[in-house]
Amino acid sequence: MAALVSVRDVVKHFPVSRSLGEVVRRARPVVRALDGVSFEVGAGDAVAIVGESGCGKTTLGRLMLKLVEPTTGSISFDGAALGGLKGPALREFRRQAQLVFQNPFDALNPRFTIYRAVAEPLVNAGIAEAEHADRIAAAFRRVHLPDLDRYLDKYPHQLSGGQLQRVVLARALVLAPRFLVADEPVSMLDVSVRAGILALMREVRDAMGLTAIYISHDLALVRYLCDRTLVMYLGTIVEDGPTEEIVRRPRHPYSRALVAAVPVPDPDQSRQPLPIKGNVPDAREPPSGCRFRDRCPHAFARCADEPPPLRAIADGHRVACHLEIA
Amino acid sequence: MILEVDGLQIHYGTAGGTVRAVDGASFAVPEGRIVGLVGESGCGKTTAVRAIMGVLAENGRRAGGRVVFKGKPIDETNTRPLLWRDIAYVPQSAMSSLDPVYTVGAQIVEVLTKRGRHGKTAARARAAELFDLVGLSENRLRDYPHQFSGGMRQRAAIAMALALEPSLLLADEPVTALDVIVQRQILDTLRALQQRLKLSMVLVTHDISVVAYLCDEVVVMYAGQVIESGPVREVLGRPRHPYTMGLRNAFPDLMSDALELVPIAGSPPDLADPPPGCRFTPRCPFALAACSTRPAAIGSDRAGAGNAHVSACLRDGEADHLRTFALDPVTWQRSSAYATS
Amino acid sequence: MVDAPETGVIAAPRRGRGQSILPVLRRMAAMPLKDPFAFAGLTIYVLFALVALLADQLAPVDPLEILFTKAGKVAANLGPSGEFPLGTTNLGRDIYAQLVHGTRSALAVGLSAAIIVATVGTVVGLVAGYFGGTTDAVLMRIADMALSLPFLPFVIVLTGFLGADTSNIVLAVALLLWPNSARVIRSQVLSLRERAYVEAARVTGASHARILFVHIAPNILPLSFVYAAIAIGWAIITEASVNFLGFGDPTSVSWGMMLQDAFTSQALSRGQYAWFVPPGICIILVVVAGFFISRGYEEVFMPRLRGR
Ligand SMILES: Nc1ncnc2c1ncn2[C@@H]1O[C@H](COP(=O)(O)OP(=O)(O)OP(=O)(O)O)[C@@H](O)[C@H]1O
Ligand SMILES: Nc1ncnc2c1ncn2[C@@H]1O[C@H](COP(=O)(O)OP(=O)(O)O)[C@@H](O)[C@H]1O
Ligand code: SF4
Ligand code: SF4
Ligand SMILES: [Mg+2]
Ligand SMILES: [Mg+2]
Repeated sequence: MAALVSVRDVVKHFPVSRSLGEVVRRARPVVRALDGVSFEVGAGDAVAIVGESGCGKTTLGRLMLKLVEPTTGSISFDGAALGGLKGPALREFRRQAQLVFQNPFDALNPRFTIYRAVAEPLVNAGIAEAEHADRIAAAFRRVHLPDLDRYLDKYPHQLSGGQLQRVVLARALVLAPRFLVADEPVSMLDVSVRAGILALMREVRDAMGLTAIYISHDLALVRYLCDRTLVMYLGTIVEDGPTEEIVRRPRHPYSRALVAAVPVPDPDQSRQPLPIKGNVPDAREPPSGCRFRDRCPHAFARCADEPPPLRAIADGHRVACHLEIA
Repeated sequence: MILEVDGLQIHYGTAGGTVRAVDGASFAVPEGRIVGLVGESGCGKTTAVRAIMGVLAENGRRAGGRVVFKGKPIDETNTRPLLWRDIAYVPQSAMSSLDPVYTVGAQIVEVLTKRGRHGKTAARARAAELFDLVGLSENRLRDYPHQFSGGMRQRAAIAMALALEPSLLLADEPVTALDVIVQRQILDTLRALQQRLKLSMVLVTHDISVVAYLCDEVVVMYAGQVIESGPVREVLGRPRHPYTMGLRNAFPDLMSDALELVPIAGSPPDLADPPPGCRFTPRCPFALAACSTRPAAIGSDRAGAGNAHVSACLRDGEADHLRTFALDPVTWQRSSAYATS
Repeated sequence: MVDAPETGVIAAPRRGRGQSILPVLRRMAAMPLKDPFAFAGLTIYVLFALVALLADQLAPVDPLEILFTKAGKVAANLGPSGEFPLGTTNLGRDIYAQLVHGTRSALAVGLSAAIIVATVGTVVGLVAGYFGGTTDAVLMRIADMALSLPFLPFVIVLTGFLGADTSNIVLAVALLLWPNSARVIRSQVLSLRERAYVEAARVTGASHARILFVHIAPNILPLSFVYAAIAIGWAIITEASVNFLGFGDPTSVSWGMMLQDAFTSQALSRGQYAWFVPPGICIILVVVAGFFISRGYEEVFMPRLRGR
């Protein structure tokens, strides 16, 4: 299938405040949130982005929604470069690409009633007010909040986290978008609520034929939603392949660690030790060569000199490591 | 048993009436074991732990029950001297419990000198030792909390709790909101500490996979009450209470072949006005008419050093039978109360 | 594809736009009932406003008219009596009438300064905080400059240049006070800008103006009021000081001018307390009332979300 979103060589650096020494040396330190990321998302695909905190997942999601601009590189949506979108074309893009947030308690304006919150996209898209009620009712049915009269006049603090996340999803769906980015949509929710939201996300995606990006640090959750997974480490993609492959046979040493770290609700499962040590290095000064090398149990001389390229080891499976992994 | 909680009742006075956040909870922590306290949010886990520590919110009070620490009954009036030295606490959102205006090291040193009467130099050496214990580099002692990542702050909070070598550690959601790798590192740290220092521990969490990974015993709470408890292997492997069976299903398992998560429909009851009888009745697929009138009592058998597997369900006798039904997702789609198997 | 609109869908009642501001206003209106200080402050303002409105009825005598006794002499330096409740000035003017009419100028000065300070401070704070970058840098540099000016000397110099008009005093006060509110509002906007719901508005295509005025501004409105209330007090004190120091407009009727007249005519040494004590008390009351109210709104400002 043709790519709906394509991300090419995207680099995103954020300036950080300078120490006195750096001011004197005229250094301009940056956080290298993303450092050369390329991939394509086919129409109708569901792709997961996983990785440790701070590895650039959210930044990547925000770039794909044109909420921040890349330092270099480009992103295109449906063949059009996001960088050049303005005026009506940007408005059209905003109708088609939506975001679901990590923290539902913060994603809704506390001063807006639920009705106003869900009507916001309709207002911004210039849709006649006469249509609002019907569209909102339809979106609420989609997210299984059918008795909407109970919610519409409430304020966010009067709803539970699970209900709020459904409202946030309803708001994202009310304009019938084609592309949805969900940034850790269940990590703030209680376990018993999670299952319901995950099932809902999958159902909505299938029913509406959405292309979806799902951001998480937990492979166990991702597995319920996405066929394909990108594993990120310190601003780069280290593995990109079918989710089941990555879960069952992770190739990159970091993916292995990520799989090993997922807790299993069964006390009889063997507790395999975590194959890596230490913390993610400072994104201001990533290691030379392979960024994972200071934590990698297999690192060898070449890893310090050359950054490993992301190369295909099978159809639809890419890995960035110097080891012979295939 | 290092800690015994018996019929604990904690009430919060609110504008909307009395919230019975903990309503007759009983459990025990055997010496040198890690006990997991699990349940959905709002079921009273934090309240129970704070009550044990004697640090309830202003509007909270103990309305009944006993807490016995090392054979001595304790309440707000006599827990103070025990805090830090005998019982230590890592609060929920330990992330924000560190004071942003002092370095992390200074805060640990303060606990050591004020509470533990260490000298300044001895305290500094001990702080370095503690950092090492929880896997932090000692030159990070000079850092301010905002210079730490979430995982590092959590480790620092644990280090601080361990400063005076307590025998019981209560940790409230110590790994929630951390990514899986950091979470795993902290759980491993806790396990190592428990073995090295012969600690007893209560670990509050809503995540049963964390319990499965770390705990020896588990206490499952629902709506302010303990509904099932016992050794982890038994409770998670062969749950006897329908709520525990439901929790188990709602959990993603990376290694299982099942690609369905089955939520428990509905939400926990309002603790200002809980339903009579078994509080799980409105959500339970196995509820009988009797369930809504008669509260089920939980047994309190002791098996050797640990606790036996007990459950508070009227249909406890049929547990094995119900469990097979609970594995079928269709069971949980039935929304009507009083559905029979 | 949203489902085709079905007939029989539960019709949601129509809800107007711009509603979000209402709860804020309602809460702000209800605040004085909760805070006794703010309540006292508000009561003082209401009383002074009534006096200002009804000044002609309360004191029918022209405050600048030179009065004569029945004997035909200038009624100068009289003590309080039934006819002149607070006595007369050295030029034979009715002190009570001056005090009552002075309320008008005090409130006019205070309110106009408050409105200018709140408006300018809010707009600058919003724009600087939201757009950031060069806009922010330039606006904040200007604010720093304004903040570094010495207060009273600046007012005196400015009124010296532009004329001792009351409106120029107001202008000078506003020029000096907007940066305080702009700075505080800016920092508030900086944190609001990062809230997920503001980002949500952007994703759904909201314009900058909509984000600023619909999503962000309602949160800082109470803060604008705090600074407006503070500005009232400052403006009135400043006007009084300028007049007292003799840089004001001698034909105006104001509490500051009354104090100045009393001072230069040595009312103090004559023990004519009824001349200078009442305007002094009035100034203190109005200023203190402003601070009480601002204090109360500060508490409303960070509404701790009720419930969870
Ligand atoms: N606006 C910003 N200014 C400066 N640095 C930033 C900014 N946004 C992100 N960063 C930095 O970029 C890196 C990637 O951040 P990002 O939020 O994308 O991580 P993430 O993978 O989503 O992490 P998490 O799992 O914690 O959400 C981090 O080092 C972060 O501190
Ligand atoms: N200070 C308080 N005042 C009133 N109710 C409270 C207070 N703290 C907690 N609660 C209520 O008590 C119940 C249990 O809360 P908590 O112990 O925090 O649960 P958990 O830790 O299991 O999530 C909830 O219904 C919660 O809303
Ligand atoms: S390239 Fe080297 S350091 Fe990097 S993951 Fe592969 S083996 Fe490890
Ligand atoms: S069967 Fe009855 S007693 Fe047992 S959990 Fe269900 S409702 Fe409660
Ligand atoms: Mg993120
Ligand atoms: Mg809690």
